[in-house]
Amino acid sequence: MTKIHKSKWAYVVNLILLVLVIIWSIPIIGLLISSLRPQEDVLSTGWWTLFKNKGVITLDNYKQVLGGSEYTFVDSTGATVRSSGDNLSRAFMNSFTVTIPSVIIPILIASAAAFGFAWMVFPGRKFFFTTVVALLVVPLQIALIPILRDYQSLGLTGSYLGIWMAHTGFGLPLGIYLLYNYISTIPRDIFESAFLDGARPMVVFSRLVLPLSVPAIASLAIFQFLWVWNDLLVALVFLGGTSDVAVLTQRLANMVGSRGQDWHLLTSGAFVAMIVPLVVFFALQRYFVQGLMAGSVKG
Amino acid sequence: MEKGKQLEKRGILTEIFVTIGRIAVSIFVPVVAFFILWAGFIFLRDSNANQGIIALVAIIWGVGGVALLFWVADWVVNRTPVHVAKKLQPFVFVGPALVILTWYLFLPTMRSLYLSFFDAQSKNFIGLTNYIFAFTDSKMLESFTNNLMWIILGTGGSVGFGLIIALLSDRSKFEKVFKSIIFMPMAISFVGAGVIWRFIYAYKPAGEDQIGILNAIVTFFGGNPQAWFTIRPWNNVFLIIILIWLQTGYAMVIISAALKGVPSTIIDAGRIDGASEMRVIRSIIIPYIFSTLVTVSTTIVIISLKIFDIVFTMTNGNYGTEVIASMQYKQMFRFYHYGRGSAIAIVLVIAVIPVMWYNLRQFSKREGF
Amino acid sequence: MKKVFFVVLIAVLTLPAVFAAGQVESAAPEAKTVTVFGAFVDEEARRFEEAIKPFEERTGIKVIYEGSKDFETLISVRVEGGNPPDIAGLPQPGLMMNFASQDKLVPIWSSLEATIDKNYAPVWKDLGSYKGTPYGVFHRVNAKSFVWYPKKAWAKAGYKVPKTWDEMTALMDKMVANGHTPWAVGLEAGGATGWVGTDWIEDIMLRTVGPEVYDKWVANEIPFNAPEVKAAFDILGKIWLNPKYVYGGKNTILTTSFGDAPRPLFDDPPKAWMHRQGNFITGFFPDRIQANLEEEVGVFALPAINPEFGIPVLGGGDQFVVFNDRPEVREFMEFLATWESGELWAKAGGALFPYLNQDLNAYPNEIERSLAEALVNAKVFRFDASDLMPAQVGAGSFWTGIVDWVSGKPLNTVLNNIQKSWPK
Repeated sequence: MTKIHKSKWAYVVNLILLVLVIIWSIPIIGLLISSLRPQEDVLSTGWWTLFKNKGVITLDNYKQVLGGSEYTFVDSTGATVRSSGDNLSRAFMNSFTVTIPSVIIPILIASAAAFGFAWMVFPGRKFFFTTVVALLVVPLQIALIPILRDYQSLGLTGSYLGIWMAHTGFGLPLGIYLLYNYISTIPRDIFESAFLDGARPMVVFSRLVLPLSVPAIASLAIFQFLWVWNDLLVALVFLGGTSDVAVLTQRLANMVGSRGQDWHLLTSGAFVAMIVPLVVFFALQRYFVQGLMAGSVKG
Repeated sequence: MEKGKQLEKRGILTEIFVTIGRIAVSIFVPVVAFFILWAGFIFLRDSNANQGIIALVAIIWGVGGVALLFWVADWVVNRTPVHVAKKLQPFVFVGPALVILTWYLFLPTMRSLYLSFFDAQSKNFIGLTNYIFAFTDSKMLESFTNNLMWIILGTGGSVGFGLIIALLSDRSKFEKVFKSIIFMPMAISFVGAGVIWRFIYAYKPAGEDQIGILNAIVTFFGGNPQAWFTIRPWNNVFLIIILIWLQTGYAMVIISAALKGVPSTIIDAGRIDGASEMRVIRSIIIPYIFSTLVTVSTTIVIISLKIFDIVFTMTNGNYGTEVIASMQYKQMFRFYHYGRGSAIAIVLVIAVIPVMWYNLRQFSKREGF
Repeated sequence: MKKVFFVVLIAVLTLPAVFAAGQVESAAPEAKTVTVFGAFVDEEARRFEEAIKPFEERTGIKVIYEGSKDFETLISVRVEGGNPPDIAGLPQPGLMMNFASQDKLVPIWSSLEATIDKNYAPVWKDLGSYKGTPYGVFHRVNAKSFVWYPKKAWAKAGYKVPKTWDEMTALMDKMVANGHTPWAVGLEAGGATGWVGTDWIEDIMLRTVGPEVYDKWVANEIPFNAPEVKAAFDILGKIWLNPKYVYGGKNTILTTSFGDAPRPLFDDPPKAWMHRQGNFITGFFPDRIQANLEEEVGVFALPAINPEFGIPVLGGGDQFVVFNDRPEVREFMEFLATWESGELWAKAGGALFPYLNQDLNAYPNEIERSLAEALVNAKVFRFDASDLMPAQVGAGSFWTGIVDWVSGKPLNTVLNNIQKSWPK
């Protein structure tokens, strides 16, 4: 859409946005500053006082999160040992392994289903679609036990395949619903000409629908990515929490200690965990702009 | 036509062979595809290979496998007579999703429906007792009113701000910067967000250094510090603000994508006709993206209905802030009362009926091929 | 072009099959393993793993410990879902009873029972039993009836450790007269907000009506709105609801996280002078205090109210229960019932153990040693009542009831509500 230049509007628009953006970023700035302060300071003075008086800035919280917090324990010879725990690289790796297929697979299946619901006639179409919308509200907690039972008999517990399928299952309702909304608004004449030319639906889907739906697919990809990346419960139930498979969220959650005595590590942990989703967002952001082209195709 | 001639020439016997061959191939291809996927599955399930290799194979297997399944299904369907193919075709597309949804969500919901008529340990049938609890318990009644507040304020706030920001940033040179910052809360894990909102609402007695920014502002202007989460009924609003902060980014991204799809020709036409910017937004843009607004609102209504972790970690439902999903979680995983937990989950599904009904009306307006 | 694509695709998809074929040959017989699932994580998990190494070295059995902060949710999902660990460390006896009543647990066998009888006071075996059958072996435990104070400031102000409840009340008034605030209290604990209050009530119950009535209260043989319980709340109310006695008054009680609560003790001068909490609270003290714990911090047992019942100790602990019966699992359980399994952890600090034959010298400082001694020698030890009551009450209405009461709901309404929530 046209950007407005050189008008008084531009100033007003930017000013309103600036105010909103400042309000929105206050909590994040607070979190960022808190992550750079020693625990003592965080609990005794407000984070904004850092600007007023000489506060202490430290990277300790980040060091502990990235390098593993320092443990004291007594080994079997009776000597007291200090050592730091595992670093986060394994957890990052596990998170990627869990997340990437858990984003791509449901999007493939959901976009096909959305196309089917939007542009094909079949018995039970209304019923199935209503059910899909209704399933959006089902708390996934009620599915954990029956699915785990099925996984036990299939030998899927603790496998990556199991967790991808779980994330696919839990992510499909939103995926179908969002993509349906987009795909159903693609102008009818685009399909008419294709079908008249005798194209098979699979061809129409892969050659027309998928490319045209890039903006919607990109936004869905971001949400599904965020959901899977930040998920704790599904991973703990289907994958387990031993250190060889633990994902990032599990490591961060455990880092605060059994009774939460090291909660201040959550501040830096939140930023460490946030880097990847932000990169994904920035990487996909240009596809939203591609919507411009998709829009121009529509007439 | 030509095919027909060929058949005549070949005679009955050949015809049978061809049919058998076709059927054999139709069976053979899916079997091979299945075998390939199965081998990958066994490998991924049992392998102890290097994680990098597993991850790579996994990604290719998972994604390629799904593509292969679609391709094979399509291939098989196209081998059937035309009128059959036309009937089967839609299920190539919606079938996989329906199968997965049935397994992962629909059957568990049915199981919950069944369990909701049983007692805590699912041993004895107790009729509607759990539903009587769900609709009479004082905490549940409190949850219903609170959830209504969550739905109205949470959805209104998120969609409203999302729409405003999407519209405005569309007209700004700094669109990407603004949108990225509004999006940031979505990327923060909930635990991280919980920490910082604690510090926004934190309370320290008067005379102490306030560490919560809200109380710092209040005391700066000479007021008394407030324990925000204990002030009824406003504490609900304070909690809902957290949801709005988190979800506006979601609304903004979807609405923004829809805005990009509004053809610039009709907007320019409106402008040339001398319509004010407000008028263009109200009578051209909003109607154009209306179905998107419905979609976004629906999802946030559902998120508000399912809201759980904000309340659970911030107030644990104390001071009159309890919500349905938090009750469900507590009954199921803390009190181990599967009957009540299941009944409350079913109540959530019932509560979404008006939303479904509205969506169905929208759905009926569209026609397929 | 398309054909090539599919050929490549199929080739890539077949690749794993080749891998898989290679796998079968390389599969070696694995060492015997025991999986253990528990609620302690991070440093504590590391100390546990270190403490059981002697067992692994001796027997060649590998113990895989998994800890999670979401233990309570996960253990029920995994057990119901048919994927239980071999052994789980349950923090609440109620959880053990729940699983035992569904026949999910393996009862303790006779040789282990003999070890338990030898190494533990009878109360621990009872706490690990359901309907007379023992299921649980206690390992790390905690003791809660203790009052912490800033040692140096107390010495300067001339305060003496009170021996009786009346002396303590007198001390509180003396503090107020000196312009000091006696107590620091914090109830907030996220989804578990309120448990600090239940501990106080339990301690007062033990001191006013004694262990037998306490047991009846836990079993709901006396109702929650009985006069005895009401009296306990009234005693607590005299302290908590008097803004002179508690730092910051009731809003601070409600909104302060239990871990941050003791911080005012270590300000200079202290903003509060006493804090009642279990042994684990030392982990929350500021680093400079933790570094010199013995010099900075003093501790005494919450004094007796009725001399007849003396100074009972309230506590809690993790009991290990067996889900899968295998020889190596049994062997590890036998190990857990001995002091050897706790010794290295005790040396590292932060944990108390209930073993009768333990070596108190193992504890790294005087404070932990004295707490362990108090725990082992206690005439009366009682488990945290809220962990014993049905979860609807113990982790539900009791917690929220305390919060309601502090925030101003009439006591009778609160107690009636808790009683009403008791499952029939």
